[in-house]
Amino acid sequence: MARIFAYIVHRSGVVDDSALELAAAGRKIDATAPVTAILTGWGPDFEAACNSLRPSFGEIWKVSNQALAYPNAELVRQALVHVLPPGCILLVPHDHFGIDLAPGLSIKLNSAFASDVLAIEAAEGDALKLVRQEFRGQVSAHVRCDISSGAVINIRPGAFKPEIGAAASGTIVDKSSAAGTLSARRRYVETIAAESGDVDITKHSVLVSIGRGIQEKENVVIAEELAEALGAAVSCSRPVVDAKWMEKSRQVGSSGKTVKPKVYLACGISGAFQHLAGIKGNPFLIAINKNPKAPIFQVADVGIVDDVLEFLPELTNKVREARGVAAK
Amino acid sequence: MEILVCVRRVPDTSENEIQLNAAGNDIERDELVYSINEADNYAVEEALQIRDRVGGNVTVVTVGAEDDEEILRRQLAMGANQAVLLYDEAFTGSDGKGIATVLKDFVQKGHYDLILTGVQADDGAAQVGGMLAAMLDYPFASLVNAITVADGKLKVSREIEGGNREINEIDLPCVLSIQTGINEPRYVGMRGIRQVASVPIPTVGASDLGIAKGTVGEVSAKVKRIDYFVPALSKGAEMLNGSREENAEKVLELVGAKGGLK
Repeated sequence: MARIFAYIVHRSGVVDDSALELAAAGRKIDATAPVTAILTGWGPDFEAACNSLRPSFGEIWKVSNQALAYPNAELVRQALVHVLPPGCILLVPHDHFGIDLAPGLSIKLNSAFASDVLAIEAAEGDALKLVRQEFRGQVSAHVRCDISSGAVINIRPGAFKPEIGAAASGTIVDKSSAAGTLSARRRYVETIAAESGDVDITKHSVLVSIGRGIQEKENVVIAEELAEALGAAVSCSRPVVDAKWMEKSRQVGSSGKTVKPKVYLACGISGAFQHLAGIKGNPFLIAINKNPKAPIFQVADVGIVDDVLEFLPELTNKVREARGVAAK
Repeated sequence: MEILVCVRRVPDTSENEIQLNAAGNDIERDELVYSINEADNYAVEEALQIRDRVGGNVTVVTVGAEDDEEILRRQLAMGANQAVLLYDEAFTGSDGKGIATVLKDFVQKGHYDLILTGVQADDGAAQVGGMLAAMLDYPFASLVNAITVADGKLKVSREIEGGNREINEIDLPCVLSIQTGINEPRYVGMRGIRQVASVPIPTVGASDLGIAKGTVGEVSAKVKRIDYFVPALSKGAEMLNGSREENAEKVLELVGAKGGLK
């Protein structure tokens, strides 16, 4: 079996949660083989990140270079091509950085690429049997990945449970001199923080969250009326922002806001993992969707198969009635 | 600027419930509604807007089959200057690398300053753009949600976590994968499509591109789908099966019980 590496994402000296998830994924490939951490970066924060991995990994490959101070995927790719041994398996978190880095890296390493993997079912000789999702999570697929000349495998964040008590006392191996000369035709300029918007959805205890099922901009008012009756705020999923029906600041998800309400009403939201990644604190999740197979029903506490355009006005009436009575 | 946009025709997940077929080895493809992959449509619109600002041509290309002509024609109606269908039996069963290889050989027959793809298709792999860039040895940026052209270079914004944006300067030629929401794609009606009905869409095959046997298609694919399945349901939601009114009452009660009514 080829040597297994985990690419570790870190920021300000702290490693990402994905580090231990990748280690767990590596053990699914081969329970007996050690998983080697590999990190790129520069400076004291980077050294701290490397050191913090020592309890979790037997070996930590450190690639220190001033050009890698910011994780520019083009530069990281060049460094990894020089440092990684041929035929290895590299695990990468499937986030905005992994999407930027991994497909091109697999070409440069002449290895297979498997994207957004949720589970590793079996290693069969020179192949792995992997699980992925297609069609926005409506169906899953088994995929056979030939690893005879190595593989780059992007792992979905949160899909693998970190194993507790996998204690190691890792050695740090300095591979910096192997990185070679790094030069970029894509240069990082700056990061622009998200706009805050008129309503801070992260501060609300009830969210009426709308998705594609709201169908058109004119229907957003249906959710606003319900939210007003409940004393809640309206948030949304990505398609609503893409269609310019609501501001980006209302979007819940990995590319939007992370919210922690007590109650989350998912209205016409299919339940893509990028959306669910933005819902924290285990709120009571009520899903309304006219597709009984919508993935949201697998994670909701309560589900209703109905058209949100019909159901939400009915609910608004009930809330107003109840509040009217209470006020008397 | 000469711009190439790589697109794909996919089952439209906003129009279809995707289900397994009886044999369980594929999805049920009868009666599926197909359309251009959503992110690819944004990529075409972005190409047209850049062309209209700085001049040049937009070429739309797909690795597909005869049925895919319909989406290419739709992109012509949107305003693309030309469309090319890359089709050959030898391409069938290609994995992401195989598709990228076909596109690479097509790119090298022409001259393009900028190549756009959608960030991902219905299989969610988000792979072809990055692979194509690596094969061409062009710089690449993924998840692009804004592009400005200045001084023979581009300034691109990438969507990163939490709604933040990462700004990069990138040299040409380059490959960018376009995120949904970057623009507002123009609407194309039946009339627009009729107007381009007679525009020829050439088909280009393996021999036209000089692609050697065995370098693309199923024989070369290292990543192959074995089957589709629906995972065993977790506990899942408690489904409310009452009338609409009863369900609304129950939801109101639950919101109150969970501390949601102020």
